[in-house]
Amino acid sequence: METLFASCIGFLTFCGIFLMLRGRTFPVMLGLTMLSYAVNLFIFASGRLTLRGAAVLGTSEQYADPLPQALVLTAIVIGFAMTAFLVILAIRARADLGNDHVDGKLPDADGMKRESR
Amino acid sequence: MTLMWILLLPLLGTMVPLLAGKGSRTTCAFATGVAPALALVLLLLQAPEVFSGETLRFFVSWIPLLGLDITITLDGLAFLFSLLILGIGLLIIVYARYYLSERDSMPRFFAYLMLFMTAMLGIVLSGNLLQLWLFWELTSISSFLLISFWWHKAEARRGARMALTVTGAGGLALLAAFLMIGDIVGSYDLQQVLASADQIRQHSHYPILLVLFLLGCFTKSAQFPFHFWLPNAMAAPTPVSAYLHSATMVKAGIFLLARFYPALSGTELWFVLVSVAGLATLLIGSYLALFKHDLKGLLAYSTISHLGLITLLFGMGTDLAAVAGLFHIINHATFKASLFMAAGIIDHESGSRDMRKLNGLWQFMPITATLAMVAAAAMAGVPLLNGFLSKEMFFAETLHQHLLGSLSWVIPVLATIAAIFSVAYSTRFIHDVFFNGQPKGLSKTPHEPPRYMRVPVEILVALCILVGIFPSYMIGDLLHAASVAVLAGNVPQYSLAIWHGFNLPLLMSVLAVSGGVLIYINRKHLFDFQNTLPDVDALNSFERGIKQFAARCHRFYQWLDNGSLQRYMTLVLLSFVLLAGLPLIHLTTLWGGREELPIDAVNGAGAALLLIGAFATVMWHRKRVVALLMISVVGLMVSIAFTRFSAPDLALTQLSVEVVTIILLMLALFFLPHKTPKQSESSRVVRDLSIASMVGVVVGSLSYALMTRPFNTISDFFLTNAKTGGGGTNVVNVILVDFRGFDTLGEITVLGIASLGIFKLLTRIPLFKPSSDGEGRPWALERHSLLLATVSQSLLPLAIMVSIYIFFRGHNLPGGGFIAGLVTAVAIILQYIAHGVDWVKERMNVEYQRVVAIGLMIALFTGAASWLFGRPFLTSWFDYFDIPVLGKIELASAIAFDLGVYITVVGSTLLILANLGKMTTAHRPVHKETI
Repeated sequence: METLFASCIGFLTFCGIFLMLRGRTFPVMLGLTMLSYAVNLFIFASGRLTLRGAAVLGTSEQYADPLPQALVLTAIVIGFAMTAFLVILAIRARADLGNDHVDGKLPDADGMKRESR
Repeated sequence: MTLMWILLLPLLGTMVPLLAGKGSRTTCAFATGVAPALALVLLLLQAPEVFSGETLRFFVSWIPLLGLDITITLDGLAFLFSLLILGIGLLIIVYARYYLSERDSMPRFFAYLMLFMTAMLGIVLSGNLLQLWLFWELTSISSFLLISFWWHKAEARRGARMALTVTGAGGLALLAAFLMIGDIVGSYDLQQVLASADQIRQHSHYPILLVLFLLGCFTKSAQFPFHFWLPNAMAAPTPVSAYLHSATMVKAGIFLLARFYPALSGTELWFVLVSVAGLATLLIGSYLALFKHDLKGLLAYSTISHLGLITLLFGMGTDLAAVAGLFHIINHATFKASLFMAAGIIDHESGSRDMRKLNGLWQFMPITATLAMVAAAAMAGVPLLNGFLSKEMFFAETLHQHLLGSLSWVIPVLATIAAIFSVAYSTRFIHDVFFNGQPKGLSKTPHEPPRYMRVPVEILVALCILVGIFPSYMIGDLLHAASVAVLAGNVPQYSLAIWHGFNLPLLMSVLAVSGGVLIYINRKHLFDFQNTLPDVDALNSFERGIKQFAARCHRFYQWLDNGSLQRYMTLVLLSFVLLAGLPLIHLTTLWGGREELPIDAVNGAGAALLLIGAFATVMWHRKRVVALLMISVVGLMVSIAFTRFSAPDLALTQLSVEVVTIILLMLALFFLPHKTPKQSESSRVVRDLSIASMVGVVVGSLSYALMTRPFNTISDFFLTNAKTGGGGTNVVNVILVDFRGFDTLGEITVLGIASLGIFKLLTRIPLFKPSSDGEGRPWALERHSLLLATVSQSLLPLAIMVSIYIFFRGHNLPGGGFIAGLVTAVAIILQYIAHGVDWVKERMNVEYQRVVAIGLMIALFTGAASWLFGRPFLTSWFDYFDIPVLGKIELASAIAFDLGVYITVVGSTLLILANLGKMTTAHRPVHKETI
């Protein structure tokens, strides 16, 4: 199982990084979301994988490590806040600059470069 | 505490001139003098203890973990320097009262001066390295302010900049040295550092450390090759030159040499570096001083040469040389400060400092002339004056060193040559200015200065004579106490007598005086020769160098920082691969010895779906809506993974966040293009694919290596104490609201800030309403689906009820404020989607910023409430109650905290989504004043 889990983390990272290296804001946001999945799973995995051992006292013999879970829980929420901020930033950039490239200007058309307001 | 006041009084004194500035100039000067005078009295009261060899300490612990403490130590060395700083400082205040003209802002000048005095005292009294460094930098800054006091003059500004650059750069080197010392010794405490001398000297980093340390000292004390800033700092008002650039600040570097003498000296490297720099500075300074036509220029180079002399003494490494160095520090401070003041008087009363114009001033100002002549004679080393005594000791020491092996005889010869020039320029100072014919082309007729302007000079000159005649009576105790501090108690036998019989040092003195006079008489030839040499303007070449350096940095920076996000990410990712990948290579096997769990069908299928979803997202990332659908599959699988691997709380959170995120991205697509144009070249795609796969491989391997290793967790503590200490059985929730409650408080604060930031970003956004999708199809006219409206409306109470249930059970079963908040937010957003903004606004007119604020307040005040019970912030409390219908229920203060979390999450999520949704409507966020 661990091999599969690790492969999933690796593959999610691969997909996330590839998307983050794209030039437009939307794929970058998708990539970041994907990367946060990978990172959350990674942190979660640092508590090792446990089947049927939710950290609710009195429900099982062997509990899963609750600390990484608590960390990941807040990480998910913060990750959402970060993604949201990025999304709004992208919208604002599109509205102000007239394009959705991550650098605020289209790379090959210097003549078309618009000044930011 | 008395020690603290010695430092605090001048600091408070910076305010005094600013407050007293409205009064007359005399009042202002007098008021300014009160604080240092009191500090001086306090200092002198400590004299008996210090002279008996004690080291007084005052200690306040500040951040012990970082080695940051406030430590003040007063030993003999600190006492000597404090005496110079406060004593000469007071004289300077009196002098400056008459020196500054009506047009100069006296309060500003005195405030800077007091700031400098505080900084300087801070250096000498600090018992902690980092604290010392702080004051060290403060002297650079206050010196910058003082040099540029006449900021309307270009040369003052340029000189100040140069001084700041050179001494500031040295300060950074010094900081590096201090950090290395702290690293080696394990403490920044001066006492411990001095006690760990062997440990430092034997450390492999000692050479680097020493060079950095000396860079700091040499830049500050204007040692060759960093001497060039000092003459240019003479653009400062003369009181500043007298105080900072002869008596105190330039001695700070030498102070450090003396301070760290027990810890750093005694090695070959120290001898070579310090003595060669000192010797070179001594020679260059004394030679160049002769050719300066500006009075202050001559004194500046003479100062450089004397600083070199003291440095050389500390570089010789013998105990007697160190004593001689300390002695010369005192002597130089007295005669050079008085000479600068005399030069200032001459400038002030005759309108010029050019020695080619100033001649025969004896007839106009005989008293000043006498004083200046005595001081200049002390500088030249004429018997019965203090300069003679320390110079004699210096000569004696040059004869007793073996620094250069068989070539050691060169040093006394060079020392004599330097002394010859020293006599020559002193003679020039006396003869050119006060005799040698009549003044030429002066703008006003010279006359004696106001009575009290001369007083500081008189006091200092009197000291020169008294020390010169009764050395051991005048400063025997002081010098001894300082030597004890520098030599860690092993003070050698020395005699401060004037007459040591006919010996070699005396012969050297005689040679120096006669040679100097001879050179002065034949100076014309030397001047002619010097004029044939190219004239190097240090200021111009320095500024040219700085400009070139800045231009190069700029080019490098532009090459590195070309504004492309993709490039930065590539660089960051490649360094990640390098940093995280290299250790993996050294790992012989990835598997850490832990048995793997078996793969069952559900997990296998889930993983397959996740991989397919991720792959599909990448494949179709140009078709954005499709990619969005695909990534939601991935998110769903992630939450299922959390369920499978015993993390129900995470699964619930992930699920609700997933919903919110997808809605958010969907909304974003309304404002962004729906398709990504194909722009990347194939080579770019290949490059990105390889970078991404490298990172993926590293991260995947890392997680495999991590997961298969046996581990020790600290979580047993949480598992044991969750019920008894936190009153809940859901350990994850207890960690969030109780054990690590402070973290959670920070977390929801970040959430609130992010949502407020988004709110701000959305205001005043240029309005654009795409009327159709990317392919030109107009949006559907039917605005709100009837089916959705009906269902969502009946769903709302249900969803709210569920979220309340999840909230309350959260302490004992999966759930809690985060999840409940997200569920509530999703339910409300559904109303927005189903009915539109207007419909919701009629029924629920809430400003979500306020909701966020209320949530944060509740969490904060719950935490603060523990203070009322005398407990630390966020201590939780719980008990059990019997409540009708609900049965026995547990109430914990953590519930109130969780309520804060709940409200913040609801408010933030809605603040983000509702406002983004409102963008297309009349309710779009705008600034109130723009309506």
